[in-house]
Amino acid sequence: MNAGLHRRLSAWVLPALILAGWEAATRLGLFPAYTLPAPSTVLQTLYLEARSGELWGHIAASTWRVVAGFTVGSAIAVALGTVVGLSVGIESFLDPTLQAIRSVPTLGWVPLLLLWMGIGEAPKLTLIAVGAFFPTYVATTSGIRGIDRKLVEVGNVYGLNRLALARRIILPGALPSVVVGLRTGMGVAWLFVVMAELIAASRGLGFMLTDGRENSRADLILGAILLLAILGKVSDGGLKWLERRLLYWRDSFTGETVAVAPPGAEVKA
Amino acid sequence: MNGPAGSLRVDRLYKSFGSLDALAGISVNVERGEIVSVVGPSGCGKSTLLRLIAGLDHPASGSLHLDDQPIMGPSPRVGVIFQEPRLLPWLTVAKNVAFGLPRGKPDGRVMALLRAVGLEEFARALPRQLSGGMAQRVAIARALAPRPEVLLLDEPFSSVDAFTRMHLQDLLLAIWQQESTTMVLVTHEIDEALYLSDRVLVLSGRPARLRAEVRVEVARPRDRRSAQLARLKAGVLTELYHEIGGGRAWSPSRRQPEVAAGVP
Repeated sequence: MNAGLHRRLSAWVLPALILAGWEAATRLGLFPAYTLPAPSTVLQTLYLEARSGELWGHIAASTWRVVAGFTVGSAIAVALGTVVGLSVGIESFLDPTLQAIRSVPTLGWVPLLLLWMGIGEAPKLTLIAVGAFFPTYVATTSGIRGIDRKLVEVGNVYGLNRLALARRIILPGALPSVVVGLRTGMGVAWLFVVMAELIAASRGLGFMLTDGRENSRADLILGAILLLAILGKVSDGGLKWLERRLLYWRDSFTGETVAVAPPGAEVKA
Repeated sequence: MNGPAGSLRVDRLYKSFGSLDALAGISVNVERGEIVSVVGPSGCGKSTLLRLIAGLDHPASGSLHLDDQPIMGPSPRVGVIFQEPRLLPWLTVAKNVAFGLPRGKPDGRVMALLRAVGLEEFARALPRQLSGGMAQRVAIARALAPRPEVLLLDEPFSSVDAFTRMHLQDLLLAIWQQESTTMVLVTHEIDEALYLSDRVLVLSGRPARLRAEVRVEVARPRDRRSAQLARLKAGVLTELYHEIGGGRAWSPSRRQPEVAAGVP
């Protein structure tokens, strides 16, 4: 068996063991089925919800909120992070305020957002955008400040102006850090979509959780949790795919303990 | 008065960093197509001199001219090769070489340069796939791409092994013969300075003053083992020994020394 396939399969071992143990525990009657329904029951619930069409509505609502909030929040984060990273003047003007806002737990804004925007989509999207903003903002500024001064000097030698310097050296150099920020921001976005939906929503996976609690349906709650795990993993997988595409040039530790030759193997002069 | 393209005039250059004086009145003229090496004790300000000529920094006083034009900042007429290759890791070898060229230019120039440094088949490789010597060859090609009239080299071969170093030195001479680029080379290898250059400038310890100037009137191609170069090396070493050992007090006069030690 090749190493890649082996690694991919090994990722499934732990979830399979947990599910098997859980199924067995419920069947053996270790837990009452109404507090911990078996995985098979949960899957059946999801299947029924999907058949009735309810489920897709919940998934679509949450996914849309995450995508919209994350896109707006991280786009502003990359833009602001870039200007702050590029200019000490703007940094001293803007950064202390942003850091102060960052230290307010984002949930602390919820009452204010509800008061201002009511209970529609606007406060939810704002909350998610604010949550996704900070990890990417911090990662962008620190990525820019972490660039090798010697590479910036190469740009200076070729007389690049500020804009060209940012485009050709600073942003590509900060990209590894920005991508890490985006992945963290995406995680926070999923966290906050659930919080927003728990507070006030009529659709979405967060609503599914509330619905399950109010009707004492543990199977519904567990189904929503399962879906959140899957959606979170899929969206992070998408960003990881983007990371591999954008950062193929990186010469960094891959986690392999045995050194493997990079594609096109090294040739000595 | 119009000087020939690629001549440098450095006049009474002073530079300090805080309370630390780096350069104390350096004056040098470099002719077009000349190769001049600068040697001196470590940390004496050799690299500072190079950075000023490159326009990456500004002197406290004194003037720098490239063909009667004052040097105000970096210019495509002046190329720089650093101690490290400093390739952009996200660009292929060919795109690194093309870095200083206007966009959309046909890549004939790039391929010709890669051929000159023997890396034609690595055009699409990434910097991480290159050895140190290969990366430095790419850096040389990159610096030459915009056809600079002056090439500044800051200890360019100090991080490669002895074999690669000799190879790169000969490569540099081959390029010089073809393009007759003016070159100013900072090095701590006296052999390298004598093998490559027409003149070797010996700087004093910090703050740097011009201590001596050695003319290398040996026809090219030179033999690294020749007795002539060995004699000149002894002359340079004597100057440096005086400098580190303080064997001879150096007068604080700001006048440039007229000594031409070791002239055969």
